[in-house]
Formats: sequence, structure tokens, C-alpha cells
Amino acid sequence: MDFILQGILQALELLVRGDRETYSAIVTTVKVSSCSMAASLLLGLPLGYLLGYFTFPGKNGLRLTVDTLLALPTVFIGLVVYAFLSNQGPLGNFGMLFTITGIAIGQTILALPIVIALTATAVESLDHSLRLTLISLGASQKQIFLTSLWEARLGLLVAAIAATGRVLTEVGISMMVGGNIKWHTRTITTAIALETNKGQFATGIALGLILLAMAFSVNLSLSFLRRKA
Amino acid sequence: MKTKVRKQLSNLVAILMCSLLFVISSYAGDRQLLLATTTSTDNTGLLDYLAPMFTKATGIELKWVATGTGKALKLGENCDADVLLVHAPTAEEKYVEQGFGINRRELMYNDFVIIGPAADPAAINKKELQLALETIRDKEALFISRGDNSGTNKKEIALWEESLSTIPEKESWYLQTGQGMLATINVAAERNGYTMTDRGTYIKYEANHKGSPPLVILVAGDKSLFNQYSVLEVNPERCPKVKNDLAKQFSDWMAGAEAQKAIDDFRLMEKQLFTPNAGR
Repeated sequence: MDFILQGILQALELLVRGDRETYSAIVTTVKVSSCSMAASLLLGLPLGYLLGYFTFPGKNGLRLTVDTLLALPTVFIGLVVYAFLSNQGPLGNFGMLFTITGIAIGQTILALPIVIALTATAVESLDHSLRLTLISLGASQKQIFLTSLWEARLGLLVAAIAATGRVLTEVGISMMVGGNIKWHTRTITTAIALETNKGQFATGIALGLILLAMAFSVNLSLSFLRRKA
Repeated sequence: MKTKVRKQLSNLVAILMCSLLFVISSYAGDRQLLLATTTSTDNTGLLDYLAPMFTKATGIELKWVATGTGKALKLGENCDADVLLVHAPTAEEKYVEQGFGINRRELMYNDFVIIGPAADPAAINKKELQLALETIRDKEALFISRGDNSGTNKKEIALWEESLSTIPEKESWYLQTGQGMLATINVAAERNGYTMTDRGTYIKYEANHKGSPPLVILVAGDKSLFNQYSVLEVNPERCPKVKNDLAKQFSDWMAGAEAQKAIDDFRLMEKQLFTPNAGR
């Protein structure tokens, strides 16, 4: 039990002392998760909008598929992405295995269904008369799209928060695709896994607390956005 | 609307940054060597200790992925690593025969030990290896196995086969963790069971517990507990993209006087973890 207390103290120590290994893991985590979040929002918001806004044959099936993909296990994504990026795999020529880019690709696959599903739900739950009003006011398709997104902004924020949480905390993809290489692809979560494996529980707890602090600051800045909205 | 534009702008910036990152990560790789290795060389801190010396001597940056020997060999087979540092001689020889690896070179050794609770419930302390394993089976004492196809796991399975002529895989007293060595030792400590480990990792475990660990060495010294570590280059004919010139430099440096001396000097709690034996 005492390693929990030790962990709390060590977390402070690592941050204050400016431990190079810890900061390298923090920087890697920030880089990877901002890349994957940017990519998944950019792809996921329009797709989720389309899925939520329009009715078309096969929509229910598609919706079911996206919802199922919410349950994709990270180790499985890691394995599939590894198979593609491996030098023996179809994308081997790009040399993306064991790089930050590789991890970001995997995490985008993880976050995309979350963004799409939650965006679709947010858009679906918009007041139906909004669209009719906009049409009757003579709004163009683009104006309808942007206004609907704007009206659904709180739902979109929730989508972004949920996806960030998942991306920030996953370990399977980072481990399998990134290889947990010190100074290069070691993220906070893979570092926790390693320290736990080495029996250094206190260090693991310390890193876990640092990750929580990061998640807290992300949510804090997003909550300002929400208040402004 | 204004926020939307701002969002698009920030997304654009993010994408630019990502592509920049991608370019950097794909071009920085000229003087970087990727080593796939076993957990023991990493967990004990040996690689952290050797890597800066290697970089100083050759200008090559060493990156390593530490997994079990089984997965390390697989990474080489898939052309995803340049060089391997592993410890499963029989599997390695087959690997070279199959054309996956070349120039296998022995570097250093330590030995495997059977560890267990200090109270030693099955009373195997100082027994001959074969007798100790038989006693564990007869008394159905809890034995924790790696179960992860690592070098240590391969060795342990071979030992069961030699002494009992079966692998006790389905026995209720035989547990497989599927995890690394130190994690497995911790499971054994929690469950009051026996396990087998390489001596290097055990010393690290001892150091973690400041010299008084719950599990102690009970059986050691048998000839078949010898643990040889070797370096193998991934075959460049099969994998044209591997950096074989750098891999050769790594292999030469590890077998050379400087690294061999450094391995000899590497100590935790004043105990030697690995004994160099390149070219002997």
C-alpha cells in the first residue's frame, strides 16, 4: 500500500526536478494525441454530421457498425496497424513502424468511431424545426451545415472530450505500434506499463498521476470553451 | 461562425505540424539502429548503461524494443528490427538455418535460478535441479511460469520436458502469467510460489527490495541452467531495408574489448549480472 503514497510524492518530485525521461514521455504523449485528435476531428465531424443529418438507405446498418467500432480493443487496433506498417506489410515502405506517426494513425482509428457516433447523436438530437426554419429563410446547404454544427456545439465538445480521454489513456496501440522506445515513442501509458513490469510500482503511480493531471488540464481548457459557448 | 473559422485554422496548423513531425521522424533515421531484445537486458539497466558508450564510440544512436525473445525474433523475421540481442540458443540456431538471421555471435552469459519463498514449503532448497522439479510436481507446489514464449520460458519448458518428460501445462499448480520476468516474479511473491528467472533479473529484483526480497534463490548451479546471450543480424538479403552496416558495427562493438569490459564491470548491489564471453 505504501507505494501509493510514495507514488504521489514521486510524481511531484519528477515534475519539479524536471526529470528528462518523464518530460520526454509527456512530450511524446502530447504530440501523439494532438495529431490523432486533429485527424479524427477533421475526419469525424463531417462524417458524423452526414450520418446524423441525412436519411439514406442503409443508415441504420452504418450506425450499428459505427457503434460497434466503439468497442474496438486497442491491442487489436495495435496488431492490425502493426501488420500494415511492418516492413513485410503493405505500407512497410513508409517506415512508419515504431514512430510517433504510426501511433497517431492507430489512435485516429480508435478515436474516429467515437467522434462520428457522438457527432451523429448530437446532430440527430437537434430540434427538427431548425432545419425547416433555415430552409424557409433561404439558407444554402453550407449555411445549414455550419449552423447545425454550431447549434450542436455542446454535443461536439462532448465528442471531443470523450475521444481525447480514450486517446490519452490507451496503451495497446502505443505499445504495439510504437514499441515503447525510450526517448522516441515512450508515452506515459507505455512507461507506466514498463514500470509496473519492472516492479517499480511507485514510479508507475507517479506517472499515472501525471497523466491524470494532463487530462485535467485538457478538460479545464475545454470547460472554458463550453462556458463561452 | 468566427469560432468555426478559427477551429478550421487550428486544425490546419495541427495537420501541418503532424506532417512536419512525420518528415522529421522519417529522415532522422540514418544513423539510428533498431535493436529488438529480451526484457532482461532492459529491465536490469544494462542497455541504458551500454547505449551511451556505443553512441560515443560509433556515432550511432541505439533504439531498442524490449520484449520476450520470441517476439524479438518475430520482429526480425518481419524485417522490423536491424539487429537482435536474445537468449534462446536452440531457437536462434534454427532461426539462422531458416535464413532469418545471420552472423550469430555469443556475447555474454549468466545462469537461470529457481527461486521461491524463503520458507520453502516444498523443501527444494539446494536440491539437484531434476529432483527439485520432481518435488514441486509431487507436492503440487505452486509454480509460476512466464508462459510468453520468451527465452526464459523456452528454457523452463525444456527443463520440465527433460526431467518429467511432459510439460505440466494443465496442472492446477502450474500458472502462466504471460508477462515479463519481473512481473512474473512479483506474481510468484504474491502467490507464495516458485518460479525460474535469469540471475541478472533476480539481482535487479533483490535491489528493488533493498536486498531483502520475499523470494530467494533455492536451486542453482546445474549445467543445464546456463543462459547464453547472443547477437544476431537480421538477414539483409531477405530484408533489404534493414541497416546491416550499422548492425554489424553493433555486433563488432559488443564483442569488442570496450563493451566486454563494460559488461564485466556492470554491477547491481555489488553483484555481477552478466559474464562476457565473446569469441571464447
